[in-house]
Amino acid sequence: MLFSSSGLTYTHPGQSQLSFPDISLSEGESMLVLGKSGSGKTTLLNLLAGLLIPQSGSVILGETDIMKLSGAQLDLFRGKNIGLVFQKPHLLAPLSVRENLQVAQYFAKEHSQEIDFILKELGMGHKANASVQGLSEGESQRVSIARALVNRPQVILADEPTSSLDDENAAKVVQLLEGQAKKIGAALIIVTHDQRVKDHIANFIEVRSS
Amino acid sequence: MNLFKLSWKYLTFRPLSTGLNVLLLALGLAIITVLLLIQDQFEKKMNQDAAGIDLVVGAKGSPLQLILSSVYHVDFPTGNIAMEEAQKISRSRLVKNIIPMALGDNYQGYRIVGTNHDYLDLYQVQFAEGEPWKMPFDVVLGAEMARQSQMKVGDTFEGSHGISEGSHDHEEHAFKVTGVLEPQGNVVDRLVLTSIESVWYTHDEADSTESESSHDLFHQPVAERGFPQTEQERELTTLLLQYRSPMAAIQLPRMINSGTGMQAASPSFEMSRLFELLGVGISLLQGLALILIGISGLGIFIALYNSLKERKYDLAILRSIGASRMQLVMLVFLEGLTLTFLGAVLGIVLGHGFLAGIISVNDQGVAASLNPWVFLQDELWILVFALGVGIVASLIPAWSAYQTSIAKQLTKS
Repeated sequence: MLFSSSGLTYTHPGQSQLSFPDISLSEGESMLVLGKSGSGKTTLLNLLAGLLIPQSGSVILGETDIMKLSGAQLDLFRGKNIGLVFQKPHLLAPLSVRENLQVAQYFAKEHSQEIDFILKELGMGHKANASVQGLSEGESQRVSIARALVNRPQVILADEPTSSLDDENAAKVVQLLEGQAKKIGAALIIVTHDQRVKDHIANFIEVRSS
Repeated sequence: MNLFKLSWKYLTFRPLSTGLNVLLLALGLAIITVLLLIQDQFEKKMNQDAAGIDLVVGAKGSPLQLILSSVYHVDFPTGNIAMEEAQKISRSRLVKNIIPMALGDNYQGYRIVGTNHDYLDLYQVQFAEGEPWKMPFDVVLGAEMARQSQMKVGDTFEGSHGISEGSHDHEEHAFKVTGVLEPQGNVVDRLVLTSIESVWYTHDEADSTESESSHDLFHQPVAERGFPQTEQERELTTLLLQYRSPMAAIQLPRMINSGTGMQAASPSFEMSRLFELLGVGISLLQGLALILIGISGLGIFIALYNSLKERKYDLAILRSIGASRMQLVMLVFLEGLTLTFLGAVLGIVLGHGFLAGIISVNDQGVAASLNPWVFLQDELWILVFALGVGIVASLIPAWSAYQTSIAKQLTKS
């Protein structure tokens, strides 16, 4: 088993407790997290990424219990091993496409030469030196996927990655995520309520607010 | 990619705000730099020019004016004194050395100073070419004056009456250059030096009362030490005195001020009085500079704080791709410090530039002998001070960067 969680619970201030179904994924496997708005899908994703600390439960990636890491250790572990893709691309505006990926390498202390290769794979090779401000929504999302992939993470977590894209771009993004995750042997979890995504990936869990 | 490069990218991403803050800080620091430079060099220069002169004796009037005109050659002379009276003082046992001077003429704004060879010794001048004057109308040029007028040994020129440019010319007898001095870095650089006789004879001609006998005097050697020889009643402008003993400092000024029709003034006393008067203006400028620096510090704080508010997403993204809280704090401090470092460097350069500007438009005044490209150790303190401003301005933004919750920021959209 590459990536698993068990017994995760979390309470937002002033709300009732959320408890989440357990997850277990092996290399190259994909899974959707479905659920209505406000059911806590994104909270689960934040817990899995170590961005929020659960009240109980554990998240194990490879050999590491990420709940046992703290501070800078956790940040570095996340940078190296977890690739995050968000609803909005959130690229760093002052930097070029390539520099956005270089920043991810710098903070994860990785020095591979894969940036150009990955950009090419994602069809963004010709924009490597372009400012990210001139990119279309679809292009930006592809760059943000490239950023999530650049350190060859063990798990990729994507939060509604297609919700602001048109059909064509949405399909492309899902195919890219699935294809690249398989290629580098990473587990892939996509949080979504987008029907277009469900057509591609069969494996899913559902989050219900009790 | 590294933190420094990243912070630089963010700074250059908003060039106007960055530029304005750097400029504001630079202006404040430039004023402080100019003040530091002027204070340092002016006092040094003032003391250097007055070195070896214990007392100045001249016609009654403002003592400060007397010092400025006869030591620094910037103000108008107070008037003339009778040579007979001057010679009486020289016989006092309290006086070690006395240098008589006749002032009042100029060549293109450069003052012509009639004196004797003791004046050359007082400033320990070196000759670049030629030799001191021996005959009437022989002159020796200061280095700066020679450079500006492009004159050399053997050249001749006519002086003008008065100490400022454009007064009527003494056309009857030309001065002849016999020597040019090495640059001294003091007041002598801007003077034309000659014998007292030269100054006298120029004015005799102007009065057109010359006789055959006086014309013969033109071909007699002049006095190289002490007072010139003459049978007529002649006048001098000022006397530079050296005391024989400390006792003279007490007795001599009182003796001259009350016992003669002349006045005595001490360069060190008058200059410290002048600095006291200027002190008010200097404090005002210093206050202004501090206000500018304060405003720029506030500006940098606001710029960082606002840009961080816009950049909370960016910070959260940086955390999500592996940056630690401390790295974000460093990033904020780096931005603040880079801004202030640039401001400090620009400020110091501007300060020196301002001073160079002041000197170039004022090439015959006291400021002309200042050197704008001397760097002081105190300027390092300006740098330290500026970086301190940068740190203080970054404190709150850095704290807010430290506090940023990634999950909250990323799910807010």
